[in-house]
Amino acid sequence: MRLLSSRRRHPATRALFLALALSLMGVLYATVAPTAPSSAEGPSSTQIEEGQALYRTGCASCHGLNAEGTSQGPTLIGVGAGSVDFQMGTGRMPAAAPHAQIPAKPKVYSDDEIAAIAAYIGSLDLGIAIPDIGQYSMEKPARGQFPAGHDGDVAYETALDEYYRVVAIGGELFRTNCSACHNYQGTGGALPGGKHAPSLEGVEGRYILEAMRIGPQQMPVFSADVISDEEAAAMITYLEELHGQRNNGGLGLGGFGPVGEGLWAWLIGIGGLICFAIWITRKGVRAK
Amino acid sequence: MSTHDEPSRNVVDERHPLPDPGVEEHLPRLTDVDESRAKRAERQAAFLFALVPVLAIAFVVCYFAIPKTWSVDFGPLQANALHMALGLTLGASVLCIGLGAIHWARTLMADHEMVEERHPAHSSDEDREAALVEINKGIDESAVTRRKMLIRALGGAGLVAIPAVVLLADLGPWPTKQKRQETIERTIWAPEVDPNTNEIVQYRYLVNGITYKRIKASDIRVGQLVNAEPENLQDLHGKDHQVEKAKSALIVVRMDPQSIKIPDSRKDWQVGGILAYSKICTHVGCPISLWEQQTHHLLCPCHQSTFDLGDSGVVVFGPAARSLPQLPIAIDDEGYLYATSDFTVPVGPSYFERDSRDDFKKGDN
Amino acid sequence: MARPVSTDAPDSTTVETPDRPEQLGPVFKAAAGPAKWADERLGIAGLARSNLRKVFPDHWSFLLGEIALYAFIICLLSGVFLTLWFRPSMAEIEYEGSYQLLRGLPMSEAYASTIELSFDIRGGLLMRQIHHWGALLFIAAMFAHMLRVFFTGAFRKPRELNWLLGVGLIAIGMIEGFAGYSLPDDLLSGTGLRFVDGLVRSIPVVGTWLEFLVFGGEFPGDIIVARLYIAHVLLIPGIILGLIAAHLALVVYHKHTQFPGPGRTEKNVVGYPLFPVYMAKAGGFFFIVFGAIILMSATMQINPVWKYGAYNPEQVTAGSQPDWYMGWVEGAVRIMPGWESHIGGTTWSWNVFLPAVVLMGLLFTVMGVYPFIEQWVTKDKSEHHLLERPRNNPTRTAFGIAAMSCYAMFWLGGGNDIIATQFHVSLNAVTYFLRAAVFVVPVIAFIVTKRICISLQRSDIDRLLHGAESGIIDRSPEGGYAERHVPVSDEEAFMLTEHQPRKVAELEAGEDETGVSTGKGGLKERMRVKASGFYYADQPEKLTSEELAEAKAHILGHEDHAELESNAHANGSQSEDSQSEDSQSDEITAGEDEQAGTTPS
Repeated sequence: MRLLSSRRRHPATRALFLALALSLMGVLYATVAPTAPSSAEGPSSTQIEEGQALYRTGCASCHGLNAEGTSQGPTLIGVGAGSVDFQMGTGRMPAAAPHAQIPAKPKVYSDDEIAAIAAYIGSLDLGIAIPDIGQYSMEKPARGQFPAGHDGDVAYETALDEYYRVVAIGGELFRTNCSACHNYQGTGGALPGGKHAPSLEGVEGRYILEAMRIGPQQMPVFSADVISDEEAAAMITYLEELHGQRNNGGLGLGGFGPVGEGLWAWLIGIGGLICFAIWITRKGVRAK
Repeated sequence: MSTHDEPSRNVVDERHPLPDPGVEEHLPRLTDVDESRAKRAERQAAFLFALVPVLAIAFVVCYFAIPKTWSVDFGPLQANALHMALGLTLGASVLCIGLGAIHWARTLMADHEMVEERHPAHSSDEDREAALVEINKGIDESAVTRRKMLIRALGGAGLVAIPAVVLLADLGPWPTKQKRQETIERTIWAPEVDPNTNEIVQYRYLVNGITYKRIKASDIRVGQLVNAEPENLQDLHGKDHQVEKAKSALIVVRMDPQSIKIPDSRKDWQVGGILAYSKICTHVGCPISLWEQQTHHLLCPCHQSTFDLGDSGVVVFGPAARSLPQLPIAIDDEGYLYATSDFTVPVGPSYFERDSRDDFKKGDN
Repeated sequence: MARPVSTDAPDSTTVETPDRPEQLGPVFKAAAGPAKWADERLGIAGLARSNLRKVFPDHWSFLLGEIALYAFIICLLSGVFLTLWFRPSMAEIEYEGSYQLLRGLPMSEAYASTIELSFDIRGGLLMRQIHHWGALLFIAAMFAHMLRVFFTGAFRKPRELNWLLGVGLIAIGMIEGFAGYSLPDDLLSGTGLRFVDGLVRSIPVVGTWLEFLVFGGEFPGDIIVARLYIAHVLLIPGIILGLIAAHLALVVYHKHTQFPGPGRTEKNVVGYPLFPVYMAKAGGFFFIVFGAIILMSATMQINPVWKYGAYNPEQVTAGSQPDWYMGWVEGAVRIMPGWESHIGGTTWSWNVFLPAVVLMGLLFTVMGVYPFIEQWVTKDKSEHHLLERPRNNPTRTAFGIAAMSCYAMFWLGGGNDIIATQFHVSLNAVTYFLRAAVFVVPVIAFIVTKRICISLQRSDIDRLLHGAESGIIDRSPEGGYAERHVPVSDEEAFMLTEHQPRKVAELEAGEDETGVSTGKGGLKERMRVKASGFYYADQPEKLTSEELAEAKAHILGHEDHAELESNAHANGSQSEDSQSEDSQSDEITAGEDEQAGTTPS
């Protein structure tokens, strides 16, 4: 890369570089990642049966006995296990009532139950599968992965630098595709007619990726063909890094930007200084 | 006229129903009568002043001692440790100067209210007359009253201000009709044309923003949104890159063709429900991409203008007046999307010379 | 009753030893040499003699302007620090600095140097935050100061010019702030510039030309940051400094206004001397303002530009807003309906031009001409140095509150998306509500404020007529209970009666007896009389000295209400009209003793 530094300004090199770096990360990840969770082995038939039973009691009233959909809820044939995992894992489903925007809440079903229902829906037709951890997260280089000594230090620093370069591009992708609705730091924003884009703070990377792929409710789809898993992982990692970061300048003031700052300038700034001004000009206690 | 030296106390002014009782009696403060309290106030003020050098030294120590990478975390109050240490020591030391001085002034400085007489804002009649006399003298001596030509010529010399204004004319290029056609009325979506034969040499492909990957129509699902750019944007750098990006940014969406209105005139502008619109708001030019895939509404986060992408981008709410320009697109043999022509109308906010009659209006076909 | 201390009172720190200045103190001796040296070259003794003991009245609201002045000085100081690192260039570079989440991204030099200031320069982030908080407070304090001046009538003759200087300072201060907001070239400031580009374009006929001249071509170009930078650090601060100098010079020349009170008249000023008390207080206040801004900057994060990312014309963030002082323009633009005319080949962009350009011009025009409008209505050509309590000029106060409420509605519009998400209401509903509210709320605010002012005046009258509550309950022989009232102090009574209620102007005869036009019955004159009626028609009549004496005697003599009223009316010093007004005020306020008791005096 260093030899090519004169060409680095070229926008195409950035794309090329991203592809290279991502594949590097992929290789790195493949060597160090823990074994994938059991879901990768594919659902067992008992899990599907269990899921079908749960579905019939909890979901069928709105989505139809065979997931064909009713006037109360859309068909679930073809939405895939990932969709179930997102809707139920974030507590959006089961919904209290059909609504323009179904709010997230603490989840009602256990993880095993959700996995079973997801397996059942996933078995109906092709759809968005539940992603593996490697699809939505990046392995951050740790010092322990590299040999001790100076060479190890250099290799670690280099790997960390590459990691952050990828994350930074994830940030650029986030600001291009997501910040218009979800705000520059993912704290959410307003949509027409009382709807809003929810905050992404504290949301698991898995659900963010699932949401991108399925496009729940008003959110548009960002499919893997257009934003690859590696790019999505970089975006999600950027968000996690941003949220994991401590504020540099003190209280975050809600992160509302200039509106909030103006409010505090009046309340704390002008308000506080007026208190001082009253103290300065008040006649003190008198002797008689 | 100058009555300001008349005593103000205990006078029944005809405009006031009550006599002026005069300034309140001065009552001594505790520090005035009790020396021990005065001493205490003195000690307090002195203590505040004494804190200043201590805090100033603490500032310097922090500056050199705390590494830039440390941070502090008290729940909601998080900050870079150096930043906060410098701010707290400097702020407290400066505040102590103020508090000490005010405490001193309030407790130990004499606090007898004083009365100062006012003078009217105008000068005395005598001064006015004298000034007029001087001015007359000056005018007379300058001979302007007798030599009118001089004054007229001098007035003309005032036009020397014009060069100063004219010098600013090169602040930027002049948006003449031709210049406008080369700049704000054109984007780099226009296909490349061979200048000799006038044939189209190269259509502009739609690529994903940031990564510059070409977009395949089959990759776009219903409900999908892609923030796209022209492929040739990556050949531009610096200023040109920013200027062209500010006009050519695109949002590509796919909707179920059955659920949207496609006017006859735009039948060939889309590929199976994939439509491309300018991302630049027609109001004041913010990039818009808050798209609701179910309602097909697109909201601008700056001023909340809302456009209906299922209806050729017409305005459904907010301060924008014109529909969002649509870019005619098609697919090549491999299924990649490209623009068949430039935008048919200028993108972005309105300007005076813009001919807005060609814009799509609700109900057009 | 103590006589006020004369201006040549001994300059001593203790009252017990007034003879000390005759024996020169050690400080005095030490200063004598340098003072002589300076005076022999500059002749400053005369200046010092006339100004060192200049009197300033004491009131907390008189310090609001000082906050603005100090915040400006703080911005100058912190700004100089920032210029040492900031690079006002839009040249594209690749970021290789220490903030990891932007590493390798293309950005302008301006943005990169702002990030460098925030992360690599020790104290740089602190100075950036001081500069930004200072700027917000500078403009906020100017507005607060302006409101104080407006509501107390301090803009009246001879201070109209100083009011105009102040209006100019606010207008230029806002431009200065906006220029600074645009410099870092982050996503928010770039979006702000994009807005300005649309705003400039919308000006009919010359808009496109102005846009090309300002941006050096198409938006964003590569020169706007450099141009705004020189305006922000040299041109505009220079103008502001000049205006501040003129503003302060006029304050010194006119002497400060003061609130009504015992011993305070139109012809004097009561307060503390510049040296030492005011120097200590004003100087101390500077350090308090400075210290408070530094502490705010140490603990409250403002404008975290590293999170916004570099400006990229295809990006935008939810919640894009300008700083608070431009928020009302933003709000006006947001709630404006989409009006645009297409005449021939031209486009008239009313939806941007009216709420942004025209409205801003309108605000400053209205602010600038208000003193002259009021002067035209009252025909008042005399000097005023005593402030009016806001209640004593109900129409002006109501105008002020109405204007504030209108401003507030626009301001809410600027945050309509935040309101929608924070209070779970529909964005569209907020917008529709505000479209009506900017017209309706000021009218309601005007009426309510005027009625409140008038009833506060009546409660003053009530307090004068019926005295203050003593806290002593009397039991009458019949078994009834009543609180004993005592007359208010002479000082308070004087303060409450010192204002001069205005009379409604009457139309003078358009012709004299011989039928020759006097030139006084014209349309302009009739409009003036109408305006005067609007301003002053429902002012309660001021009490006369006879009524006040009667009331005092009555309170002391525990006579009953009815008798007092008949006495008051029998003295015949009032017109029929004002009698009914008075008795009406009595009836209305009779039940409001409690309220009157808590009226601040």
